[in-house]
Amino acid sequence: MEIVYVYTKKRNEFGRQCNFSDRSAELHVDILPDPSLAVNFIERDPCDVPIQCTQEMSEHEVNTERFESDTRGINHVEGGWPKDVNPHEMEQTIRFRKKVEKDENYISTVMQLGNNMEHCIKQNNAIDIYREYFEEEEVVEESEVQPSAKTINVFRDPNEVKRTASSLSWHPDGSRKLAVAYSSLEFQKVSKDMSLNSYIWDIENPNKPEMTLKPVSPLVCLEYNPKDCHILVGGSYNGQIAYWDTRKGSQPVEMSTIEHSHRDPVYRVIWLQSKTGTDTFSASTDGQVLWWDIRKMSEPTERLILDPNKKGNLDNALGAISLEFETTMPTKFMVGTEQGLVVSCNRKAKTPAEKIVCMYSGHHGPIYALQRNPFFPKNFLTVADWTARIWSEDIKESSIMWTKYHTAYLSDGSWSPVRPSVFFTIKMDGTLDVWDFLFKQNDPTLSVKVCDEALNSLRVQDNGHFLACGSQLGTVTLLEISSGLCTLQKNEKALATAMFERETKREKILEARHREMRLKERSRSEQSKEEDTKEGDGEESPEELITRIEKDFYEIVEAELKKRDKGEEKKVRLILNSFTGLRVVRGSLRVVKGSSKIVKGFTNKGGGPDSTL
Amino acid sequence: MAEVEETLKRIQTHKGVIGTIVVNAEGIPIRTTLDNSATVQYAGLLHQLTMKARSTVRDIDPQNDLTFLRIRSKKHEIMAAPDKEYMLIVIQNPSEQPQD
Repeated sequence: MEIVYVYTKKRNEFGRQCNFSDRSAELHVDILPDPSLAVNFIERDPCDVPIQCTQEMSEHEVNTERFESDTRGINHVEGGWPKDVNPHEMEQTIRFRKKVEKDENYISTVMQLGNNMEHCIKQNNAIDIYREYFEEEEVVEESEVQPSAKTINVFRDPNEVKRTASSLSWHPDGSRKLAVAYSSLEFQKVSKDMSLNSYIWDIENPNKPEMTLKPVSPLVCLEYNPKDCHILVGGSYNGQIAYWDTRKGSQPVEMSTIEHSHRDPVYRVIWLQSKTGTDTFSASTDGQVLWWDIRKMSEPTERLILDPNKKGNLDNALGAISLEFETTMPTKFMVGTEQGLVVSCNRKAKTPAEKIVCMYSGHHGPIYALQRNPFFPKNFLTVADWTARIWSEDIKESSIMWTKYHTAYLSDGSWSPVRPSVFFTIKMDGTLDVWDFLFKQNDPTLSVKVCDEALNSLRVQDNGHFLACGSQLGTVTLLEISSGLCTLQKNEKALATAMFERETKREKILEARHREMRLKERSRSEQSKEEDTKEGDGEESPEELITRIEKDFYEIVEAELKKRDKGEEKKVRLILNSFTGLRVVRGSLRVVKGSSKIVKGFTNKGGGPDSTL
Repeated sequence: MAEVEETLKRIQTHKGVIGTIVVNAEGIPIRTTLDNSATVQYAGLLHQLTMKARSTVRDIDPQNDLTFLRIRSKKHEIMAAPDKEYMLIVIQNPSEQPQD
């Protein structure tokens, strides 16, 4: 309700001068003394009256005439000789001096002062103490402080039965709030009294969540809309997508219909870049990627089935665990699957078959995190099984860089939004690793044990300074990273570019080599196949195959041992050739598959000598 | 007595030392290697300056006291070591050659 008061003044009255006029005196009030009121008062006896008995004085200020003062020095010609000594008489002065020199005090004083003096004289002679040294060198701004991460706050699941904090999302405006999705991802561990709620926490208040979100089924993933900070979309355990408006309360504003939703828990939901800001897409292990417009949740706007054979067959489909979408490349997106493949897709393709552009393989387990480098979109990070790998879009055979195999499973990872070569990974043993690939590639630059239970989710704030990680028991820890790890170092971009290019080039060379070798084998195998048919040889039984291969193998090894003296290079080449020869001729044997791996092992070890191989 | 001589002589023979003066509180030069007029001038002026410096130091922190005063000018460095009754003044020409 608005209260309005309108002040009006005529325009021609603006700026008008005030007209004063005289008025005769008017008597307004005349109160006559009323003796009856005296009854309300008492006469005071005695009265205290303070009197001061001093001389009355008044204060005046007077400015005096200017008094000019001048500072002058006196030139002494002669010191202050005592009265009995005549300064002009040499004898007397000398006598006086000699007397002083005999004084004990004099001797000790001079000795002491002399020592001090000598020190300073020597100092002067040794080095110019007032000169500015090291002026040309720049002040090194990087502190020598060890990289560190400090826990700022810990947010615990307020419910009795603890659930995993499966997904985190920072508030897009200033990151004062953190939305956490809680669910229990372990198979059939859901108990009846497990709460379904997910919470939005204010990072200043870890005691009580700021807001509760009440879905129908526990939320596995949750995302704030980057365009509208009141809207959140969440994917739940039963496959439905729901969206909330924090201004409208804890219940979802709308939920997708069960028939058209996913058949498995929705593991990732991401907002798309669109004019309306209401488009999202979601991925689930049932093999589908669905696009939604939150204004109309009854049906997905688009559907993609992750069938590697590109036939749209749901039975063959790969289960999707993670999604990747970069707003700078709105038509492309990537899906990380349970089978360890990363599928790169193009949204704008005409036929569903063309939607799946290519696949990257190399991981042994489900890909929990997939993210493009914010500075180098061609390179992306995948976190799965026991390693984290960095890939280049152009190289499909393998990743360009990878971490060593850890003892614990890696569960999530993310690039730092401020430094191109820094990324974070979390493990199932509760540690957070911060990697700086420009500094050290074998080990993480910083490894922090956040909690005793497994960590499940990680989200870095946009300023790169804070990050939150959620654990299996629902505890979300907010950590602050030391400034060395979140300020861009000089030359870092150039160095990171150079590093990625170098690694990409290396992989390209390896890929080219592989292809070459494969072509050679194929041509060899064709030749040998012709020979085989001439001999009239049909299918051999497995045992005969094995014995024949064994014989060949031993022959080769012996030949090698003989040739060992003739040089390393030749030997390796021969082994390679013979191994790959084996592979093509007898394609179905496991022994051979192993050998192809050895081939790869040989070529992957060490970047430099590969070209000579 | 002999140590005093030795000390003063040693100081005087250091590299770059132009002159050495020992004055008492009244401004009478007890020992000097410079001529009288210069000595008296140095004594008088430096006495005032050390007094001022000492009072500055003690004003800031009454527990503190002046131990040494060094004045570097373009041509040379004047070093004064004050004491209650006497003052030792040395004028030196510091070597400007860079030692690196």
